[in-house]
Amino acid sequence: MSVMRGRGIASANYPTGMNLGGDPTQALVFCQPTGTFSVKLASTDLGQGLKTVIGQIAAEALGVPLESVVVDTGDTDSAPHDMGTFASRATHRAGNAVIMAATEAKKVLLEVAAEEMEAAPEDLEVRDGQVSVKGTPQRTMSVFDIALAAHFKQGRTISGRGIYLKPKSAIDPETGACDPDSTEAHVTTVADVEVDTETGEVTVLRLASAYEVGRQVNPQMVQGQITGGAVMGMAHTLMESVFPYYPALDHHPGNFGEYVIPTAVDLPELHHVVLEYPSSNGPYGVKGVGEMTANSPIPAIVNAIHDAVGVFVTELPVTPEKVLRALRAKEQL
Amino acid sequence: MKQLGIVGQSVKRSDGIGHVTGQTEYVDDVFYPGMLWLKMVRSPVSRGRIRRVDTSRAERLPGVTAVVTAKDVPNNWYTILCLIGIEPNDEPVLADEEVMYEGEPICAVVAETEDIAREAASLVKLEIDEQEPVLDVEYALTADAPAIKKWGNNTFMYDGMNHRRLRFGDVDRGFEEADHIVEGTYQMTPIEHVPMETHVCVVKPEPNGRLTIHSNTQALYFTMDNTAIILKVPSNRLRLVGGTVGGGFGGKVDVITEPVTSIAAMKTGRPVKWRWTREEEFRRSSVRGACKMEYRDGVMKDGRIVARKVRSIHDAGAYHRHSPYGVQKNMANLPGPYSVPNVWVDCYCVYTNRQPSSAMRGFAVTEATFAVEVQMDKIASVIGMDPWEIRMVNAYRNGHMRPVRKVVEDATLLETLKAAAQLVGHELPARVRDMHSDDYAGVAEPVQP
Repeated sequence: MSVMRGRGIASANYPTGMNLGGDPTQALVFCQPTGTFSVKLASTDLGQGLKTVIGQIAAEALGVPLESVVVDTGDTDSAPHDMGTFASRATHRAGNAVIMAATEAKKVLLEVAAEEMEAAPEDLEVRDGQVSVKGTPQRTMSVFDIALAAHFKQGRTISGRGIYLKPKSAIDPETGACDPDSTEAHVTTVADVEVDTETGEVTVLRLASAYEVGRQVNPQMVQGQITGGAVMGMAHTLMESVFPYYPALDHHPGNFGEYVIPTAVDLPELHHVVLEYPSSNGPYGVKGVGEMTANSPIPAIVNAIHDAVGVFVTELPVTPEKVLRALRAKEQL
Repeated sequence: MKQLGIVGQSVKRSDGIGHVTGQTEYVDDVFYPGMLWLKMVRSPVSRGRIRRVDTSRAERLPGVTAVVTAKDVPNNWYTILCLIGIEPNDEPVLADEEVMYEGEPICAVVAETEDIAREAASLVKLEIDEQEPVLDVEYALTADAPAIKKWGNNTFMYDGMNHRRLRFGDVDRGFEEADHIVEGTYQMTPIEHVPMETHVCVVKPEPNGRLTIHSNTQALYFTMDNTAIILKVPSNRLRLVGGTVGGGFGGKVDVITEPVTSIAAMKTGRPVKWRWTREEEFRRSSVRGACKMEYRDGVMKDGRIVARKVRSIHDAGAYHRHSPYGVQKNMANLPGPYSVPNVWVDCYCVYTNRQPSSAMRGFAVTEATFAVEVQMDKIASVIGMDPWEIRMVNAYRNGHMRPVRKVVEDATLLETLKAAAQLVGHELPARVRDMHSDDYAGVAEPVQP
């Protein structure tokens, strides 16, 4: 019996947005009487924190504190169209739509302020909820007072509409030529494993990754994606299958006793760094990070097993049985 | 990179406290007075013709208020991707003449309590003439296999062809030039999304004739428009409410609970809830498709890949769902993030008698990444090259042409390789140490735009 150690790497690209595009998202932004803003979106928050990052993008684009922005998702009666939260698209699409809507609302805000402050709109800037004359910071007026003036004195709506659409690309049926993506994020993952050559069991000791995601709106939430994805990728490699004897239907699992997913005790050491090379079309340079985080761990672990014991197990999941069969086949060569 | 204000800061999530203290309201928290419960009667066999569905005993059970069958569905045959031009309609909301997978919905029972609904579902008597299921994708592609789809074969038809294809350069000439040929076959396993929250839907008929649909869909408008098509009503008769979901991972974009629950609510005039058990989530909901990818690469002694030929077969299960879309995404990504001057890819979307596969996190790209990246190590081991070096030699750079004929403009693969090497303290070979993505020439032969 021996326990062999190995290291494997894998690199990957990941496209942002629906393949071929054609997947719009709209947003509405409006100012309430006391200078707070409501963002109306039909995009779904799956638990990844979309509402929070959209709030950050809206606050950034409007020049107001995060606390004065409320993001409302999830009601088709009050929010305009969104294609859906999938394809690593939500922050990219909804973020762009929100910036466009916020820019339109901010333009009205500055026009209202200009009239109140007797200044030209182009000479004004908004920062931290205060409008001031550029170069003359003592001439300021709060967004609170500007909103009151807009509602009850000037009769103006401080609001904006936004949409982001990458027009749909056609596929040439003969060559496959097409424009599949908006931008591409990248990653390289290093996996360290131990393989027990007697039992065939594989233990992942460490997953270390370098991601490049354009720009992080909220680094902690990017980390959340990377951590969750690493564990899902590990489970995809070693544990999970709804048809363990595929293509046969036998032993089709129906509960967590039959379909085992990792828990805290299974976690490897996790490390990551994030690089930022802003994309030309993402909101502030964002690229999608959601889906890709479960991808590179899979081949990295398979390659680490090869490094440890000299066999490529190319059928997932890599169960102890498959490892032992591969080792036996190698011995018989 | 320009520094910004609040963008780039790890602010606390706005809904975090609600999530971790159990105060966030999910769809299963929605209750209405007089709300009814729905349970589904499903096919016990993988393939068969339905001779008879006898619901009489279920209907007589005290507390049962309605039974919904295929006859109650205004547009029973649908396909969710009709909204992006995928056709033909290939799936019934409720099976009418035949069943195509074990667990396929046949009829719904609606009752005063969830327990009564469950009992009533068990009283529905099904008479089905079982047929031999088609389970193996390679068999499904042969002429001997019975055609399980109405159009006479077992593949999705793309512009009249049974596959999607990528043709770039001259792959045969590339193989002739190559010093080595490296082959590999990669088999993905079907897995379940395992969201913490199972599928749930609550539909309330409003006094003004509209329906309020509480849904944990990942795509409210997509679900609204598909449900309206199935119900044959204008979309604005429906109001979709959701936006807070307990995990999706691609498993909640199939529009699978809303149409039947809506029909039950319309038929009874009362609010109806349908919530899936964990068993239904595992055994009945869509899963990741089992994709098989066969690679044949022509490689030079110095590590350059000069030809790449791939055959990919995606097991869609019984129905389209999102698979025809996923196969096209698979095609675009099978060459990998590398500059290969000669590429040939054929991708098949194949139907079998198993629970449908559909979108799942990394849809069709996870598959491609698994295959490409193990294949890269295989190449490295065949020619005796360092796994870091083989990737860096071939990595695409800005200005290169990808096989889909799009010029690369956001390449950072080399940068992540260098950063990962630094992270784990690995010293890169001198030949590749200073490579970067804006160096158009690099070592691999650049493919001219």
